[in-house]
Amino acid sequence: MKRHLISAADLTRDDAILILDTAEELAHIAERPIKKLPTLRGRTVVNLFFEDSTRTRISFEAAAKRLSADVINFSAKGSSVSKGESLKDTALTLQAMGADAVVIRHHASGAPHRLAGSGWLRGSVVNAGDGTHEHPTQALLDAFTMRRRLAGGRGDLEGRRITLVGDVLHSRVARSNVLLLATLGAEVTLVAPPTLLPIGVESWPCTVSYDLDAPLPKSDAVMMLRVQRERMNAAFFPTEREYSRRYGLDLRRMAMLPEHAIVMHPGPMNRGMEIAAEVADSTRSTIVEQVTNGVSVRMAVLYLLLGGNEPALSAPSTASTPSTGTEESTK
Amino acid sequence: MSTYLIKDAKVLGGDASDVLIRDGVIAEIGTDLSTDGATVIEAAGQILLPGLVDLHTHLREPGREDAETVATGANAAALGGFTAVHAMANTDPVADTAGTVEQVWRLGQETGRCDVHPVGAVTVGLEGKRLAELGAMADSAARVRVFSDDGKCVDDAVIMRRALEYVKAFDGVVAQHAQEPRLTEGAQMNEGTVSGELGLRGWPAVAEESIIARDVLLTAHVGSRLHVCHVSTAGSVEILRWAKSKGWNVTAEVTPHHLLLTDELVRSYDPVYKVNPPLRTAADVTALREALADGTIDAVATDHAPHPSEDKDCEWAVAAMGMLGLETALSIVQETMVDTGLLDWAGVADRMSVRPAAIGRLEGHGRPVEVGEPANLVLVDPTPRRTVEPSELASRSRNTPYAGLELPGKVVATFLRGVPTVIDGKLA
Amino acid sequence: MTAPGNTGGTSAARPKDLDPATARPVLDSSDINRALTRIAHEIVERAKGADDVVLLGIPTRGVALARRLGERLASIEDGAKVPVGALDITMYRDDLRLGPARALERTEIPAEGIDGKLVVLVDDVLFSGRTIRAALDALNDIGRPRAVQLAVLVDRGHRELPIRADYVGKNLPTSLRETVKVHLAEYDGRDAVLLGTRAADPAAAPTDAEK
Repeated sequence: MKRHLISAADLTRDDAILILDTAEELAHIAERPIKKLPTLRGRTVVNLFFEDSTRTRISFEAAAKRLSADVINFSAKGSSVSKGESLKDTALTLQAMGADAVVIRHHASGAPHRLAGSGWLRGSVVNAGDGTHEHPTQALLDAFTMRRRLAGGRGDLEGRRITLVGDVLHSRVARSNVLLLATLGAEVTLVAPPTLLPIGVESWPCTVSYDLDAPLPKSDAVMMLRVQRERMNAAFFPTEREYSRRYGLDLRRMAMLPEHAIVMHPGPMNRGMEIAAEVADSTRSTIVEQVTNGVSVRMAVLYLLLGGNEPALSAPSTASTPSTGTEESTK
Repeated sequence: MSTYLIKDAKVLGGDASDVLIRDGVIAEIGTDLSTDGATVIEAAGQILLPGLVDLHTHLREPGREDAETVATGANAAALGGFTAVHAMANTDPVADTAGTVEQVWRLGQETGRCDVHPVGAVTVGLEGKRLAELGAMADSAARVRVFSDDGKCVDDAVIMRRALEYVKAFDGVVAQHAQEPRLTEGAQMNEGTVSGELGLRGWPAVAEESIIARDVLLTAHVGSRLHVCHVSTAGSVEILRWAKSKGWNVTAEVTPHHLLLTDELVRSYDPVYKVNPPLRTAADVTALREALADGTIDAVATDHAPHPSEDKDCEWAVAAMGMLGLETALSIVQETMVDTGLLDWAGVADRMSVRPAAIGRLEGHGRPVEVGEPANLVLVDPTPRRTVEPSELASRSRNTPYAGLELPGKVVATFLRGVPTVIDGKLA
Repeated sequence: MTAPGNTGGTSAARPKDLDPATARPVLDSSDINRALTRIAHEIVERAKGADDVVLLGIPTRGVALARRLGERLASIEDGAKVPVGALDITMYRDDLRLGPARALERTEIPAEGIDGKLVVLVDDVLFSGRTIRAALDALNDIGRPRAVQLAVLVDRGHRELPIRADYVGKNLPTSLRETVKVHLAEYDGRDAVLLGTRAADPAAAPTDAEK
């Protein structure tokens, strides 16, 4: 594994399976009377949150604490950050405090990448969601949930058909999921109105549909993405009602799914918008399970990055690094 | 005033000649000229060009002297081979009055390094609402001929039309920053495959192209003169080619960075690559090079945009847009145009001196290298290669996208009206 | 990533590789069988039956040994079912930070749990004792056994902690330059215990087991 987890593309298939397998073992800790391991005793994990996300923060916090790490929560609100301190100065402060890992949530795409690549701090950087870019631990917990429900909790997701529905354009969850699911061999279909798909999506390792009904009968899992109501005001879709009718998952559509298929949502949900309340609360829904699995997966990530004197060994990564020279790309 | 004899230089890349500079003008051109009383510059293998003219420079003074001053910018310009630069109007206060443009013009004269010609704002405060006093700026000591709200687009079609009409009275030109504002709200980088993957809000090519299309039609309609700043897309080139084929009075510039760099670099999320207009695709780069070669694009302009380190040492979204250009422009043009065979040195003289001087209506710049002409000259050695080291730049800022890149060519000497501003590659 | 089977959590399951030129068998298949049968009888004798015995193997090879012991106990005790599980001690190791983070092995605690039981830890080689220290810590987080005992196939000496085995298949005096490798049919295709010198591998960081 690389030293940082910034993008789902940082993970090779072997890396991803190592994380999922490790999470599978660590999931048992939750069933024990003492839900704690001594492994990261003396390590410091900083949760650096520039954006409110109580769910993700407490998930990382629980994961770090179950591994006995010291956890410092650094929220941008009411801190020096809101007084105009730069990301750089914040990072230098955390470095001075001896952070072994920084879990960062930031509203700017690429902020974790900057933090990791700038030389401002030495610890591992874990992306807990950056702007409209990526959210790799969410993708890992989603894959973990799918693997448990669809593949017996083992191996990869070869040949499984996964449908992601909603605001792909603004979704860091979608980007990370597409990359990770492709790495794990799944066949991904994105469903969205054309306005909510990014330019260039045809180069992504997935297929695209404007119609939700078509892929449902063949889907092993369908994941509904949160759609912010405010998007309506920027003319991404005409009305909530029309969005819900064309792209919402209701009981009629759920009935089109195969018997074994599951319904997922990264939360927080807009009930009645992208997902009907009856669907969210149905037995096919893994929404609560996803939250539980989030802790196990984040424990696995923190352990594999911080448990040794370097991250866990894995097969050589095939992820490309950006070129610094430009002659190759322009001549 | 000293006398200089440049020996065996290839004038515009042609045959080797001796060029004698005396009393601020080119006094003699020939072979085996007498060296008596002259400081001799051995220039075998080197290229002699008219001093370069930049249509698009941000000198930041007044207002952001922490990023650049007229003096440091003029030093950078001289080292880059420039003898004249146009200082953009987006200073603080904005150069939208005769007083401000005269101040910038005077600061330029005081440097003695480079002529600084202020660009006047088209609208008061660059706000796109009311025309600035274009006539007063034109009549001032700065003799402003180029007007631009650069950094912002004159997006109101009526204001743009009126500006185009009004500048006809003093042979001015409106230099448009073509960027449709609604299509680029919050935009961070070129909209395409890379922006989709990086989750950065896209800046579509059409936001530039739609404004250029509108403006060339307006220009034809009112019979005025339009200059398009920093053209960055293949589509813009097509529109310009069409407008020129109609015989309309439209000119355009391209920056060195748009001739070399692409949006793939943004994958690093390093804000040194954040610029307006954004870095585009390899296909755009190819189209821009071809357009510069065939004359569809008239000029190379640096869009030299200094920023203090704190405005670049941060996350992409909050970083300032812009990159340095003056000290590397000629090398980039050699790399992308000369060494690729797209343009010869005479072509470089045309695109970096003759045509920009004509667009800016500058006198004494962009002149032929002939006896009796003002000795605004630059001597270039095309052979050496150098690695760009930001700390060695004369600009007050360090935001060069070429750090660590090896580039060809070296400015050996620059003369401003017969006085060396750079000699042996160093400030004289 | 290292393949499963090379990452066992015991002190002897992750030795530097045995130099094949020096390897010589010290126990063969029938020796191992006899040793396990004897240990099974000793357990029954000391526990006065096998009613509350829970066998927990330490991955990798301790797990297979625990299963074999479980079968023998069952046959001695007329088919009584002896719970067998696995206890991965990776997260409790004291040498985690001497190398890259390790993949975890499976922990399986039998449904009966360990509270009030006689837990017999099973490992292939007892060396420094650090693995067993980690196993005792791990047990502590899982429950409260009536008593904990230790069964090993080979005790090669060189203890670094005050730990001893209750049941030993074979005491094998070794030098620190030597290493012991246990092969079991479940993992290696055959049963054998090999002794030899360590293959030179200057790149690998020493673990506590080789100190």
